[in-house]
Amino acid sequence: MNAPVSPAERPNDWSAYPDAKGRFGDYGGLYVAETLMPLVLELDRAYTEAKNDPAFQAELRGYLTHYVGRPSPLYFAERLSQHLGGAKIYFKREELNHTGAHKINNCMGQILLAQRMGKTRIIAETGAGQHGVASATVTARFGLPCVVYMGAVDVARQKPNVFRMNLLGAEVRPVTSGAATLKDAMNEAMRDWVTNVEDTYYMIGTAAGPHPYPAMVRDFQAVIGSETREQIQELEGRLPDAVVACVGGGSNAIGMFHPFLADESVKIYGVEASGHGLETDKHAASLTGGRPGVLHGNKTYLLQDDDGQILDAHSISAGLDYPGIGPEHSFLHDIGRAQYLTCTDDEALKAFQLCAELEGIIPALESAHALAKLPQLAKEIGEGGIIVLCLSGRGDKDIFTVADALGRTI
Amino acid sequence: MSVTSYRDGTRLQRAFQRENDHRALFIAYIMAGDPDLETSFELLTGLAEHADVIELGMPFSDPMAEGPTIQLASQRSLAAGTKMRDVLGIVRRFRETNTVTPIVLMGYLNPVLSYGFEAFADDASNAGADGVIIVDCPPEEADALTDALNGAKMDLIRLATPTTDDKRLPAVVQRTSGFIYYVSVAGVTGVKEADADAVRSPVERLRAASGLPVAVGFGIKTPERAAQVARVADGVVVGSALVDEIAAAAALNENVTQKVLSKASELAKAVRSARLATV
Repeated sequence: MNAPVSPAERPNDWSAYPDAKGRFGDYGGLYVAETLMPLVLELDRAYTEAKNDPAFQAELRGYLTHYVGRPSPLYFAERLSQHLGGAKIYFKREELNHTGAHKINNCMGQILLAQRMGKTRIIAETGAGQHGVASATVTARFGLPCVVYMGAVDVARQKPNVFRMNLLGAEVRPVTSGAATLKDAMNEAMRDWVTNVEDTYYMIGTAAGPHPYPAMVRDFQAVIGSETREQIQELEGRLPDAVVACVGGGSNAIGMFHPFLADESVKIYGVEASGHGLETDKHAASLTGGRPGVLHGNKTYLLQDDDGQILDAHSISAGLDYPGIGPEHSFLHDIGRAQYLTCTDDEALKAFQLCAELEGIIPALESAHALAKLPQLAKEIGEGGIIVLCLSGRGDKDIFTVADALGRTI
Repeated sequence: MSVTSYRDGTRLQRAFQRENDHRALFIAYIMAGDPDLETSFELLTGLAEHADVIELGMPFSDPMAEGPTIQLASQRSLAAGTKMRDVLGIVRRFRETNTVTPIVLMGYLNPVLSYGFEAFADDASNAGADGVIIVDCPPEEADALTDALNGAKMDLIRLATPTTDDKRLPAVVQRTSGFIYYVSVAGVTGVKEADADAVRSPVERLRAASGLPVAVGFGIKTPERAAQVARVADGVVVGSALVDEIAAAAALNENVTQKVLSKASELAKAVRSARLATV
């Protein structure tokens, strides 16, 4: 673990993380089977080259503008702000991206990289199905075959997304091992990758996994925070007082947070899913309720028992239902640059409804976890303050889950 | 390669000296606690009659490099309540009657990290284990674990694979001891079949680079295939084929030990007689 670091002593150059060994302080690294080592090292080389290649960046920007629909709006949520009383609340509207979530920012970057590397087959894991849909979308667009691993439990609770992936030509393989959710889908994707080393590119959907994935996914998602910086300065003439995002693996959150890390005036809040409550064994809050360990190629906070066995996570939101978290969040948590709050299933459901009723926006259940902390944060930041929330996805996919939780039939 | 004095005359070294009898070693893998702790202890004792080295799996909730057979073995073991201390406990009991057959613990990093590297190395060594293989701990991340294991006079046995190119080879063989485990196929355990001809040249390359014996595993299921590999490698590892027998017997309520040992006996014979024809 890393010791807390006072604001004055914190790094000025956050782009120095991860270090050459893929570390964010104690976290991150490269914990994969030897078969995959040459592949991840090759990926690291290829990504470093691409990142520094203006042609690659220009091509990516072109697709983000004309295919994804960026920049996404920064919207003043006036009625919600009035309702809560306190700080002004802005939504960064990632749910307006093509495919309805932030996930495509990363997929667009990775598909261009995969092509550059000459890979001809794409695999991905998915929880809620948003990353699966985004992966299926870009593979359709670039004409590559795509296999999406998805926990059988998630296949059942996210049927619309499974159908979408099929329409887009992807093969969805349900995973029945373990708890049959996101963690098991990721295990199965790793098994596929280790078996098909020649032609296959593994498109990880969150800012976790072996180096360089946590850094690469962060970089592709940092467009969220970079746009927000510009937009809020245009609208308000200054930086926000706080940014807030939900955290499962944490890709939308790190994308929002990273461009603000050096601005100590900007408070940073991540919101973990505490499911039925932190005091129960049904939650997904790895930072708040877990301890450091190694899983899926990186060292990070994990839900685990005393013997180092990984515990099943629980959240009403399939996208947050993961017992780990991206390593950079573990680092930000330890040193104190970001604060991580928790939100239960019930709180998220209430926030989901409130956002729909007051703003005419049906948020993803994932994003609803961040929304649920706004009453508290709006008061803390107070009148005259500004909060930007990353509205990471839209909630159409969740209507069956929500109806079920509310005891209604569709 | 670190050559330390304790390595002179370790159980693993003595075992591999049997190669002087013109045969490869038969290395049998089972999962500790599968289907329950007591049965796996009986298996351990029984397997020592046939195997030259025993690899004992430490169960993990997320065994990413395993095919369905060993995934299920891990699940059975955890469902039966197996803890890391229990794994070491059956090694200790085994050593009460067997001081010859080397035991290599094989598993994933997190349970070992959770136990604590030094504590694990000391307890495993005191229990009588000889070496450790950690699938998801490549050389780049292995220094602290290697220090702890070597400090407790245990070998860290590293995996080399078909994707290990010449550039990586020095890193892979550095600080490894006991033997090198060559993963004969790119894939998970027990799914693809190893090609005996294709392993000859990598085995020779690894032997030359490390100065250590090279055992081959992943994808060796039948006595025939085991015999083919035994002609070129210093050791032949069979895991999934034995674990399949455990699963089948347990499902049918048959005598698990009898079935597994009968399979082990066939495999051992195949490995031992493999080079007779060519000597």
